[in-house]
Amino acid sequence: MATNTEVTSQVPAQEDTATLSRRQFLTRLSVGLGGLGAAIVGLPVIGFLLGPLFRRSPQAWRGVGAVDKFQIGQTVEVTFLDPSPLPWAGVAAGTAAWLRRDGQDQFRAFAVNCTHLGCPVRWLPDASLFMCPCHGGVFYHDGKVAAGPPPRPLSEYEVRVNNGQVEILTSPTPIG
Amino acid sequence: MGLLKRAWLWFDDRSGVSKAIGPVATHAVPRGSAWSWALGSATLFAFLVQVVTGIGLATAYVTSTADAYQSLQFISHEATFGHLIRGMHYWGASAMVLFIGLHMAQVFLIAAYKFPRELNWLSGVALLGVTLAMGFTGQLLRWDQTAVWSVIVAAAQAGRAPVVGQALVHFILAGDTVGGATLTRFFAYHVFFVPALIFGLVGLHLFLVLHHGVSEPPKAGRPVDPKTYRRWYHDYLKTEGVPFWPDSAWRDVVVGVGMLVVLVGLAAVVGAPELGKPPDPTLLDAYPRPDWYLLWYFAVLALLPTNLEDYLILLLPAIAGALLVALPFISNRGERSALRRPWAMGIVLIVIVMISTLWIKGDQAPWSPAFTAQALPPAVIQNQASALASEVVVTGAGLFHSKGCENCHMVAGYGGQRGPNLTAVGQRLSQAQMTTRILNGGNNMPAYGGSLTPDQLNALVAFLSSRRPPAVTQPGVASGGSQ
Repeated sequence: MATNTEVTSQVPAQEDTATLSRRQFLTRLSVGLGGLGAAIVGLPVIGFLLGPLFRRSPQAWRGVGAVDKFQIGQTVEVTFLDPSPLPWAGVAAGTAAWLRRDGQDQFRAFAVNCTHLGCPVRWLPDASLFMCPCHGGVFYHDGKVAAGPPPRPLSEYEVRVNNGQVEILTSPTPIG
Repeated sequence: MGLLKRAWLWFDDRSGVSKAIGPVATHAVPRGSAWSWALGSATLFAFLVQVVTGIGLATAYVTSTADAYQSLQFISHEATFGHLIRGMHYWGASAMVLFIGLHMAQVFLIAAYKFPRELNWLSGVALLGVTLAMGFTGQLLRWDQTAVWSVIVAAAQAGRAPVVGQALVHFILAGDTVGGATLTRFFAYHVFFVPALIFGLVGLHLFLVLHHGVSEPPKAGRPVDPKTYRRWYHDYLKTEGVPFWPDSAWRDVVVGVGMLVVLVGLAAVVGAPELGKPPDPTLLDAYPRPDWYLLWYFAVLALLPTNLEDYLILLLPAIAGALLVALPFISNRGERSALRRPWAMGIVLIVIVMISTLWIKGDQAPWSPAFTAQALPPAVIQNQASALASEVVVTGAGLFHSKGCENCHMVAGYGGQRGPNLTAVGQRLSQAQMTTRILNGGNNMPAYGGSLTPDQLNALVAFLSSRRPPAVTQPGVASGGSQ
């Protein structure tokens, strides 16, 4: 019985155009089928991974409290649920915002994310400033940049008063 | 012949283990390799530690944003050896980053990236990238408050990329916000995707080491010539080669086992970082900072010129990566000895000094407001040895704290370091200058014109004006501060 080595060494001597052509066909068939198999498995996985790029969560109005709960001129933290949290999200389903009441029905809701790199800004009521712990960004009470590296004012959520309730329109995390 | 030996011979005959591994284990390597040649294998040992301890952790870690935090608390405080295994995983990651950095510096210094080992270097550069990716994704799997905000910071940084920025944000967060899908995505990266890349790259790296041979110790006046190097190296090994096992491998084993002992010691004594607060995005008193090996980059992000930040925040890593990739193509022949390449030693020295300085700065983070600064005690407010502070000065000192001035300015050791030290500001600024600066801000200071009453302003200026160097040093005043 011939070994593999012997078979391989004998093949070139017996080759003719037909066998070469057949071998080329089989090579291309194998490579092609292999690529097809990889695509059948890989494309759905890639699509699954890239899904978030094309999927947008629906926006939703979330109540954060009765109008009377907020004093004019004050800024307080409010929390609300993401529009469509996954059942296993746990505490990660929540989002916070800094809500400021400027008048009877005038509210502004600032994102808690520093516009520098997204860290959570803190409100210093006595100083009327938002300060970021990460790289020292500072914002005035109206969200404008006061100092530090932030390139633009704090982002804002849409706010409305509906049936005596202050409501915030959810939106993607305002970073980037 | 004993039963065991016969069993081994049967197994070896049928499996071909000896024939497959023997030539690899005993392949010739240059004689006289130093201990520094073991840095690469030390990195591999550290990775294997990560694999083993990571498998252990994965048996108890719950990949759910709702439960991951509790499962890590269980691993850290209740599971048998959980504290030790988590500690080994943490310190193993540190060792892996440390050793891959040292290995690359050594390869650069002895110019082992030159012909024909360009691909060895490139696969090493890729391994550096995926190692840092493992470190970052691993920190996120701690899934405490810091981890949640670190994801957001990473996404925000990626979001600076032109055109595809927002798409990257959505990809990293696995949605519009941090939520249920975020953690599972990072778990998959950390446990499957990136390790698979590392296994593949390590396999390629080791194959290339065998294919081209371990680089010989460089010698001044013996340049690499691509036309003759392979033949020369082949002949060199005939006279200067020794079998890798055990003549050279023993050093790898000693370094690897030594590292293991240190890792277990650190894990047992120091342990892994304690978990922070729960991963609740509505808890805003967070201070997200990376682990030590990325702390220097945290400093870079704080120190970049603001007007160039949008460009540099992504360009700097890209340039650094491009330089590392380009290196073996820029210089793939000629002298290898560091003695004939003083610029190489200079570059390594500069990189070490630069990263060390940034690391120290990142650790101190002087740009961060000192939110926990204590109100100034009476002993500090009574700066003048001769008299008690007036009521208005005491009021001003209170405002200095409550208005957030102390978050950024230090007085007698109390307060932040973001702004100038105001311990003796009364000596260098007039009251008019202080008033102007407080009202209008400037030089990276907010304007307080809209948030101070005239009385408050007067009190604040009175306090600052009282800040002069004491005529006689009072024990406990200048040195008793804390931040």
